[in-house]
Amino acid sequence: MKERNKAFNVVGFLAMLVLAIIWLVPLALILMNSFKGNLFISQSPFALPNDASYVGTSNYSSGLSKANFFVAVGWSFFITIASVAVIILVTSMAAWYIARVKAWYTSVLYYLLVFSMIVPFQMVMFTMSKVANMTHLDNPFGIIVMYAGFGAGLSVFIFTGFVRSIPIEIEEAAMIDGASAWKVFFRVIFPILRPTAITIAVLNAMWIWNDYLLPTLVLTTGYKTIPMAVQQYMTGSYGRKDMGGFMAMLVVAIIPIIIFYLFGQKYIIKGVAAGAVKG
Amino acid sequence: MQVSKYLRKWFPLFALPTTLAFILAFVVPFAMGLYLSFTKFTTVTNSQWVGVSNYVQAFSENKDFLNALWFSLRFTVVSAILVNVLAFALALALTRALKGTNVFRAIFFLPNLIGGIVLGYVWQLLINALLGKFFSQDLTYDSAYGFWGLVILVNWQMIGYMMVIYIAGIQNISADVIEAADIDGASFWPKLIHVTIPMVASSVTICVFLTVANCLKLFDQNLALTAGAPQNQTEGLALNIFRTFYLIRNHQGVGQAKAVIFFVFVAVIAFLQLRATRSKELDG
Repeated sequence: MKERNKAFNVVGFLAMLVLAIIWLVPLALILMNSFKGNLFISQSPFALPNDASYVGTSNYSSGLSKANFFVAVGWSFFITIASVAVIILVTSMAAWYIARVKAWYTSVLYYLLVFSMIVPFQMVMFTMSKVANMTHLDNPFGIIVMYAGFGAGLSVFIFTGFVRSIPIEIEEAAMIDGASAWKVFFRVIFPILRPTAITIAVLNAMWIWNDYLLPTLVLTTGYKTIPMAVQQYMTGSYGRKDMGGFMAMLVVAIIPIIIFYLFGQKYIIKGVAAGAVKG
Repeated sequence: MQVSKYLRKWFPLFALPTTLAFILAFVVPFAMGLYLSFTKFTTVTNSQWVGVSNYVQAFSENKDFLNALWFSLRFTVVSAILVNVLAFALALALTRALKGTNVFRAIFFLPNLIGGIVLGYVWQLLINALLGKFFSQDLTYDSAYGFWGLVILVNWQMIGYMMVIYIAGIQNISADVIEAADIDGASFWPKLIHVTIPMVASSVTICVFLTVANCLKLFDQNLALTAGAPQNQTEGLALNIFRTFYLIRNHQGVGQAKAVIFFVFVAVIAFLQLRATRSKELDG
């Protein structure tokens, strides 16, 4: 029995190893071709770079500067970080209020927020972009409000669930001691919410960083995020498509995600499991 | 001291920011969208009431919307089954005492973090390279390429995510139950069917719902991989709605009507899911 198990484990390990290598092929292909000349990318996409096809980092310098890609990278970082920070702050405060204040308007707000989670973006995309335009929120600063509003459902839902599990006596005691609501929230509640806040930050960061349609419709021309730059590069008119530059662009788009993953793997996986509850 | 009473007057500080953002980004656009689906408009200020004619037009004008619906349904059923079977198999393998399970899990999960647009182009390049090498064709040659390409892409993206949820489910099964089955001499398949799968039923419901919802709503990957080529044959619901809005002249009303139908469709599935989960919880 033991011997059989051991053999099974060796076979299982090898099978997983092969599968894991296959899993990485698409990414390896992009990385490899980002160092090759255009002709070689189209003629022999599966060949490793050699003396003839290797072009050093010229794809990176040419492709990225041509499409103003680094500006898009900057906006992606700004919009993601600022939106996540705002979402964490305002939705955790709202969740505390909703969980603790028993009134008709907190129930209405809560159920509307939960309802918004099942509404597909296409339902509101046209009107949202018009609202953003009319209220002058159609720029990288205003879009933060749109993300906070459209993302509030999931964040408030998870936060509220967690606040309800905190014994209310802690807050009562603090308030009897004369602490203001502001102090109670930041000194008592928010520290308890921290693990949940990290989960929610991860979920929102993944969504906003990768989001294509919302910024495309909300931002006025002139502002781009990474997904927008990638899409425009392939559909826009940059003359003959510089595939080498495009490969470089994809690599640069993926690198921040890999770094984020390497540092926050534990939280990311935990966040995914927690986010699944929204079903 | 009552927290509820004390906190009540602090609405402007704690709840107002979220409420305002929510009204601007969701409540107003949703209500306006619902209203506009019954009107003819090009911007939101020049709408004229036309009753249900947008809804009629969505189906009667041409077959594109029905084709997109049919494409999305086929794609969703095939992908949801494949993703869940494969993710569950991986979760089973990676909860055994294999070497390097953590590294494997990390690798399988990785694609999930990459956005749909980037994923779509990565796979477009890979699939076109393969089709070019072996058949001298590309993705626009046959809609079957686009369909299966999208299925493979979505499997690559979602399997790792569902695997993580299944692993959590499997690890929650108490050791006693497994031991009891082992003592009874249960072999692999009976143990899987009568013990493991029933014990992770709630994970199965969650994963099936998540895959179904995400496949129905799929947009970015669809746009980047084929953009509907050849001739809109690989166009899903979300992409069809987007194009009705922005690419066909004077069709904003029809696009909004399609979006409402899409929303109702997704909401019904979400409701069924909720009921299924509730009844399971009562049983168990």
